[in-house]
Amino acid sequence: MPRLGADMTAGKVVKWLKQPGESIKRGDIIAIVETDKANVDVESFIDGVLEKILVQPSDDRLAVGTPLALISAEAGAAPAAPTATPTAAAVPPAAVVVPEAVTPAAAPPAVVPAAPSPKKPAPTVAGARARVSPAARKRALELQLDPAALAGTGPQGRVTLADVERAAQGAPTQPGPAGPVAVKEAPTQPGPADSAAARQLRMREAIAAAMARSKREIPHYYLACTIDMKTALDWLTERNAGRAVTERLLYAVLLIKAAALALREVPELNGFWIDNRAQHSEAIHAGIAISLRGGGLVAPALRHADRLSLDELMRDFQDLVKRARAGSLKSSEVTDPTVTITSLGERGVDSVFGIITPPQLALVGFGTPRERPWVVDGAVVPRPLLSATLSGDHRATDGHRGALYLAALDRLLQQPEAL
Amino acid sequence: MAKMTYREAVRDAMREAMRADPLVFLMGEDVGKYGGAFAVSHGLLEEFGPQRIRDTPLSESTFVGAGIGAALGGMRPIVEIMTINFSLLALDQIVNNAATLRHMSGGQLGVPLVIRMATGGGRQLAAQHSHSLEGWYAHIPGIKVATPATVADARGLLLAALQEPDPVILFEHATLYSQEGESEDETPMQFGRAALRRPGKDVSLITYGGALGKTMNAATQLAEQGVEAEVIDLRSLRPLDTETIFASLAHTHRAVIIEEAWKSGGFAAEVSARIMEGAFDALDAPVARVCGAEVPMPYAQPLERAALPQPEDIVKAVQELI
Repeated sequence: MPRLGADMTAGKVVKWLKQPGESIKRGDIIAIVETDKANVDVESFIDGVLEKILVQPSDDRLAVGTPLALISAEAGAAPAAPTATPTAAAVPPAAVVVPEAVTPAAAPPAVVPAAPSPKKPAPTVAGARARVSPAARKRALELQLDPAALAGTGPQGRVTLADVERAAQGAPTQPGPAGPVAVKEAPTQPGPADSAAARQLRMREAIAAAMARSKREIPHYYLACTIDMKTALDWLTERNAGRAVTERLLYAVLLIKAAALALREVPELNGFWIDNRAQHSEAIHAGIAISLRGGGLVAPALRHADRLSLDELMRDFQDLVKRARAGSLKSSEVTDPTVTITSLGERGVDSVFGIITPPQLALVGFGTPRERPWVVDGAVVPRPLLSATLSGDHRATDGHRGALYLAALDRLLQQPEAL
Repeated sequence: MAKMTYREAVRDAMREAMRADPLVFLMGEDVGKYGGAFAVSHGLLEEFGPQRIRDTPLSESTFVGAGIGAALGGMRPIVEIMTINFSLLALDQIVNNAATLRHMSGGQLGVPLVIRMATGGGRQLAAQHSHSLEGWYAHIPGIKVATPATVADARGLLLAALQEPDPVILFEHATLYSQEGESEDETPMQFGRAALRRPGKDVSLITYGGALGKTMNAATQLAEQGVEAEVIDLRSLRPLDTETIFASLAHTHRAVIIEEAWKSGGFAAEVSARIMEGAFDALDAPVARVCGAEVPMPYAQPLERAALPQPEDIVKAVQELI
């Protein structure tokens, strides 16, 4: 079960798109997995032959890292009956796992000969029963949580009802002085009834876990600058004037392109924070925050946003929004973003100071362009002004780099024809 | 509704009952000419005469036994025992006779007897006059045990006791007699119902009798700290209203039981056990008890204060749970 996003802990196999014996190329979609947020197409990360499907589609929520299938790593190898111990001649089959695709903090997802056993919560003091109040134990059972894996905030580190409720909402418990910090393990039993409400709850849990992790781990700094959008909007109006509605550009696309291009100038903001250091990404995959009907959001990647033309970006952007809302994103789109862009322009807010999606390094935010007085050449004139913000990970970059980024963004938006 | 003291409320209830029913009478040590050791029956001799307000010899076994006999004979006696420690002299009559005769007679003989007595410490009367043995009596099937803690209950529970077909013991905490409050002139209240004295959501403080005031005081202090304590006055120890306790636990998930009595084998232990049996899954913390220190009651005022549960002890117990 691949980790399709830093916040994912478990998923369900919805469907297999390849059968045992079929040859598979890297990037082929082999299965559809349902995460807390969406149905995601799982791509193979190697060439090979699908040897055996280990998990049939079901409502079972499988912890990230659970082997789903065996793929022999060499294309063309005859599908052999899988054995516990591969013969010397046979290429060891690889478990289809893309563990930590977003957070490659763990061991590299190399070919794994044997299926890793699912992790179990770290045992508490040997032989001792975890301190869990009766009410907490009962509620945890209802929620299918392991209360012993939670950090208790009650007297003597006892797990209380409130700790379980907090865990159910995905927020971290605040460990008390005596409370050991434990990690909630995704349940591998069938999840609660897959109602819209249950999915909604799981999405909220996932968002809560990611955002809480971000605020817990990432020392954010925030910068804002006001950008005069007159040139850009005038250019856009003129460009859209002669076009059919379907061919018109949305102004958001200008912002995405400019934000992506500016990252080329300040590449320190693009990539991930892994193993206590920044790992910059050459590719610029802009994670676009898309709010979903019924609540929640996803931020799938517009891949290579800096390289695409505005028309291509527009096409991909619309496609991405449509698929995100339909719940059919590709696994690479979910795991790829190297930066997040959020625009609350349609919501009428002036500016947004976002929370970085871990383990990314930055988040770019846009507010609503508004007509306001602005001084141009010594005269006060009305101009559509846009607040652009940057949330940066201070471990990776300093305000100085962030300021350079916003300056580049401003400059790029003054030359819309060059975007 | 009238404002009066607890003492006056008990007196009013007895007066009302005697006016309404010629079978009701009062007997006990010094209840007549002296007006009662706590002046509860002051003035009743003048109104009802020595036939119905009877001074007795200093022999608890004798006059409680006489009360049982009168009740068997169809009267509605109210027997006042001066203080709870003296009631030990009448234990044989209460436990072996009053509590058992309906059962032993195959249902033919009832003992509609009301025994009132002062209980509790806090008045510097030292180790022989400060007991809280209500829990002992609550142990006995066949008698009902009530602990009026307010002026309204002093009246209401006495009138309710006089409606019961079987023996009832009313424990009047001696520090309450001078307490003022509203007395409600309503029909007799039902026996065996606890009263919610203060609603809250964070912890249930379960108490009765003389500890109610201290518990309410603690709840006020806790509110200032942002802890909303619910206060339940048991009112009746037998029968025990577990329904009200469980309903409270269902939303507070924590309980502290407060009583003056010693902890070992006390009534708080019974309440705690009932919670364990009936509301285990509601508990978010162990049930806590604030009880009297396990020593014979000291005479010295600071020591006596230290031996009795105080509001700060209750506050501390709650803080340790949350």
